[in-house]
Amino acid sequence: MTAAAPEVLLPTSLQEAVQAFGDGAGVTVVAGGTILLPALTYGRLKPGRALMLSKSGLDTITRENGMIRLGAMLPVAALADGPEPLASAARNVADIEIRAQGTVGGNLCAPPGVSAPRGDLQGPLLALGAHVRSAGPGGERTEPVESFLADHQSRLALEISFEEPSASGYARVDRPHAHTYTTLAVSVARAADGTVRIAATGAGPRGVRLPSAEAQAGDPEAAGRAALADVTLQDDALASAWYRERTLPVLVRRALTQLVENTG
Amino acid sequence: MNLTVNGVEHSVGSPALTPLLAVLREELGVLGCKAGCWQGGCGACTVLVGGQPRRSCLVPVGALDGAEITTVEGLGTPERLAPVQAAFHQNYASQCGYCTPGMLIAAHAYLEGGGTDDRAAIQEALAGHICRCTGYVKILEAVGTAARGDAAELERNLEVGEEPPVEIKGSPA
Repeated sequence: MTAAAPEVLLPTSLQEAVQAFGDGAGVTVVAGGTILLPALTYGRLKPGRALMLSKSGLDTITRENGMIRLGAMLPVAALADGPEPLASAARNVADIEIRAQGTVGGNLCAPPGVSAPRGDLQGPLLALGAHVRSAGPGGERTEPVESFLADHQSRLALEISFEEPSASGYARVDRPHAHTYTTLAVSVARAADGTVRIAATGAGPRGVRLPSAEAQAGDPEAAGRAALADVTLQDDALASAWYRERTLPVLVRRALTQLVENTG
Repeated sequence: MNLTVNGVEHSVGSPALTPLLAVLREELGVLGCKAGCWQGGCGACTVLVGGQPRRSCLVPVGALDGAEITTVEGLGTPERLAPVQAAFHQNYASQCGYCTPGMLIAAHAYLEGGGTDDRAAIQEALAGHICRCTGYVKILEAVGTAARGDAAELERNLEVGEEPPVEIKGSPA
């Protein structure tokens, strides 16, 4: 099962991890391992160098002045009682054992799934207007999560930060299995400055903002219809694109309706 | 690196990215954790790492230097079953048995964490564990029995080979 064993780097601090990652060339990052280990076991991935983050720290969650910061190695389970809509999405990831093993950074950086969507936290983080601090070529940088998602091949995610929203909404459809898989989910959050962001998980290879829906956020029905302009839906083992096309407007409407209900 | 498995310390020579499951079964010969899907979807390989349930097929052993691992062999002995094992026995919660070690580990962790006999909470605790034989009902009942701590039943451990003291529902008195 283990042919030529890759060189393994096991940094014991953030600084060591950043140094070991360097410009990221040829480095496979191992966070919780819930996606990566099967890829190794089944021979789909043969890393030359592997950077294991398990002893690097980066697993804290802090709240200060309404700003929440998540270390990239924070287990998904740690978000279960956190801010919405992130908490609802986190509670629906796989099962107890996997939520305790999988990490926020790993979920953010998850490669697109073939048979089922991955990255349940990407939608909520987009809706929250989160920023990602990462290391890589040119040093550290902090950028909006959508630009990080668009290209993070040579980045090492360190921290995700966002302001606690003033209201939120979350709606999804599941495919029941031993544990449930998220077929499609819509996250909505209103920032302290009043900006409403809407994003979907399961409506493409990764989490996606729905700007056309945001433009009509005051009218949940119209926003739902508009959302279809922002996505390229796909078939997978959980649902067809046909089904998702009919479901997305409903979920946008429900999540926006919740947002209104949650507004104090 | 070192691992303590069921109280016994082992030196491990497998490469750091080897799944814990492969180390346990293939290097250390600890066979209680079962190899099912090797991708985290079936639950059969679940063990305790530092007291917390983990899929051993998903954990790279290099992340575990010095960790305490408990497999089903570490829960009880044939002469002295752990409460959850006794409850599984009494409730006929095992048929082919392949999922049973993972189920027992997850149920044990649930009970150690103060889990009650609330059915929905038990289902959540065992959500990642697939059983293709029992239909789950007996398993859920067994964990509920153990959670209620029907001590008189559970402390009376069975002799090896002894028939379990179970009434067959619906049979004539």
